[in-house]
Order: sequence, then C-alpha cells, then structure tokens
Amino acid sequence: MQELTAQLREKAKELLDAKTVDLVIGYGPTGDNGEMTAVFARKPEDVEKLGLNGQCFRNLAVYLNKPEVRKQGKPAIVVKGCDRRALNVLIRERRLAREDLHIIGVNCDGVGEPLMGKCKFCSVHNPEECDDVLGDQIEMPAEDGQFDDVGEMEQLSGDERWKFWSEKLGECIRCYACRQVCPMCYCKRCVVEKNIPQWVETSPHLRGNLSWNVIRAFHLTGRCIGCGECERVCPMAIPIGLINKKLTKLVKEEFQFAAGMTDDEKGPFSTFDLDIDTDKGIL
Amino acid sequence: MESTQQVESTSAAPEEWSPSIVAFLCNWCSYAGADLAGMSRFKYPANIRIVKVPCSGKVDPMFVLKAFESGADLVLVSGCHPGDCHYATGNYHARRKLPTFRTLLEFVGIDPRRFQISWVSAAEGAKWAKMVADITELAEELGPFEYFDRLSDKRKNRQCRN
Ligand code: SF4
Ligand code: SF4
Ligand code: FES
Repeated sequence: MQELTAQLREKAKELLDAKTVDLVIGYGPTGDNGEMTAVFARKPEDVEKLGLNGQCFRNLAVYLNKPEVRKQGKPAIVVKGCDRRALNVLIRERRLAREDLHIIGVNCDGVGEPLMGKCKFCSVHNPEECDDVLGDQIEMPAEDGQFDDVGEMEQLSGDERWKFWSEKLGECIRCYACRQVCPMCYCKRCVVEKNIPQWVETSPHLRGNLSWNVIRAFHLTGRCIGCGECERVCPMAIPIGLINKKLTKLVKEEFQFAAGMTDDEKGPFSTFDLDIDTDKGIL
Repeated sequence: MESTQQVESTSAAPEEWSPSIVAFLCNWCSYAGADLAGMSRFKYPANIRIVKVPCSGKVDPMFVLKAFESGADLVLVSGCHPGDCHYATGNYHARRKLPTFRTLLEFVGIDPRRFQISWVSAAEGAKWAKMVADITELAEELGPFEYFDRLSDKRKNRQCRN
C-alpha cells in the first residue's frame, strides 16, 4: 500500500506538471485511523495529500457529475474496478466523454476489514481501459453465491417480506444520502423533488418511504454497478443495497445484462430483444 | 395502536367493501377495445376506473405506485399486442419495464397479482369484458389491499410508523 501511494503521487504529479489534466480526483487520509476521503489535487504540491489503502470505499465517479468539479477542467480520476464500471455507465449515458477523462485504475484486492461483501464476488479486480494502471495484477477468483442473500429473501413468504421491508423502510429519514452518493443518480431534479404534481411524499412516513426506496432502486435497474455506497452511507443502516441487488440479479437472468462492463452497451430498458423477451405473466 | 385496530375493523367489513381497480389503457388499442366492449353492450363489473394514456410504454411505474397509494386494490396496465403499438416499440419497452417493476414490488412483499398487465386490441371487446370480470374476481379474492390501506390518507392513519 505504501508503494501504491508513492506510485499514485508520482503519477498525479507527472500529470499535473505536464498539464495533461487540471485536477486529480483521488483518495486521501482523513484523521489518523486510516479512513479515506475524497481529495482534489489541483497543484503538483497537493499530491502529498493523496493516498491509497484498504479503506478506499468511496466511488469517486459521483464527483464527475458535479458542475463545480467539471468547471475545473480536465480531471484525472482514481478508480477501483467497480468504480470503473460506473464510468462506463456514465459514458454510455452520455454524461461523460471518454476523451475528457484521464483514468487512473488501481488493481484492487478488496476494501474493508473484513472484506466488503461485493469484493468477494468481484470480477473486475483489475480495471480495464484505463490510461494508467497502478499495482500488480490481481488473481482473485470471484466466490460463488453472489445472490445468496437475495435468494434468502425470495424464499420468505410475501407477508414475511412485507414485515421485513415495512419495518426497515419505515425507519428511513429521507436524508437522500443514498442518492447523493450514487454516481448514477445525477438527475438535476430527482423525481422525489417534483412537486407539481408530487409523485413521492417527502415526509418520513412509510407510505412515501416505500415509494421512494422502490423508485430509487427501480431507476437504477441495469445501471447500478453494485458499488454498495448507497447502503454504506445510509445512517439508518437500511439494507437498500439488497433491493438493487435483486434487480441486478433480475437483469442478469432475464436480459443477460450486467451494467458497466463496456462503455457502448445498451441498458436493458433502453432496448429490447424480440428473441428473448416474452409475454410471460401478461394477460 | 388503537387507531390501527380501528383500521383493521373498518377494512374487515366485507359486505361494504368492493375492490377499486385502476387501469391505464393505451389510447390506440386497449382504450378502443374497452370502448368496443361498451358499444357491444358487454357487461362487466363497474369496479374499474380507466385512465387513458398515449401508449403502454408511457406508463411510468410511479403511476402504479401512486394508484396504490391512493387506494387502488389492483392496478392494470393494458396496451396493444406486441407488434401493433401505434408508436412501433412502446409496448416492447413496457414488456421489459413493467414486469420488472412487478417483480420489484413482489420483492418488498407486495402480492404481484395486484399488478396486472395485458394486451387488448381494438377488436377485443369481448376479451376486455372477460378480463375485467376475471381481475375483479381476483381483486375480491385478494381482499382490501391492507398494506396500502393502512398507509393511506383515507384511513386517517397518518402516524403509522410501524
Ligand atoms: S445504487 Fe448504490 S450500489 Fe448501485 S451504483 Fe448507486 S451507490 Fe452504487
Ligand atoms: S440514506 Fe437511508 S435514511 Fe437516507 S434516504 Fe436513503 S434509505 Fe433513507
Ligand atoms: S400505442 Fe398501444 S401500446 Fe403503444
């Protein structure tokens, strides 16, 4: 990790010195317990603030949606494999152009202690299509059982599931942290803020909470890359990632699709396929 | 707590209750089909409230949630048969989006039978009448949509936070 940090700083300095980029968006320590936050290095001397360790949870791609960040010129961005997938989704949705970005990929053997769930099932430890890659190639086969937790939920009866979710979602305080942190939630005006007519009630009450959490997940169908940030930042510890994961499983099974594997893919709802789509369940 | 019990007793009065069904019909096929059923004087239960939309592809899942929130016991979306959409591909998109949404509702514990999707052409007045009778029967069988009932304004149970 020490070594990676040194490599990153060197790379960032080189890019800033040569004015290849105007800004490097990366991770850097905050406090001294190894926690990492986002760092924006604009000058060569800022690179000392950058770092890499096993706590680089954030998906920095979210910052590329912010006008105040884009205003600063061409960015270089530090990405893990999963974050790289988020960039693919943003590129395919024409939020970003590949050539406007300098991508510094980091080969990653997982974050968190113990390892975050998503990292055990990760198939993109070595991000592809980057301008630079730091670290050695990682050989780490994905474990089986990625969707076991979804399966367990599916096994329950409808009433049990309702009990579970109405309890959990009833606790949502509507802080929208889950939305703010998600690279794919970039709408200028989120459906939850539309009030003429109002689609989603905004008071923290189960009725509006249910609509909010269901619609948030639905809008991410075939777009969520499973970085897990939404769930990680939820102050009420609501397992919202599980709802996204259910949809990830569904698009994989029904439409043979996984989000963010390439930057010219078509999302499952922006296309259709007469060979695989059926009238199953339609009267 | 008291008010919750009150709610249960209101919704458990079967003789007064009859299901409300909200149906989103595309203008070009299903709405015309329902019209034909009317012109042909086919009888079907009057529990259904029709909302005309340009195309089944226009139906945002938000409409469905909103209908449930406003007290629907069952929601139907109906459009042209695949291949017949007035806008060529609207129903192909609906065919992906809407069943996915239904699965999502099921995942959070809502009975998927409460959300129905159908293809009814402008010539299928008889199919329309029969289908409405069938889904009305189904809605009766499923009973009042208590989950949403308890959450809805109508029931004056606004403090519900489990
Ligand atoms: S929905 Fe959550 S897991 Fe999916 S991309 Fe957004 S923040 Fe990441
Ligand atoms: S982060 Fe959690 S509490 Fe906040 S709006 Fe999202 S689900 Fe609700
Ligand atoms: S116009 Fe009927 S489904 Fe599109």
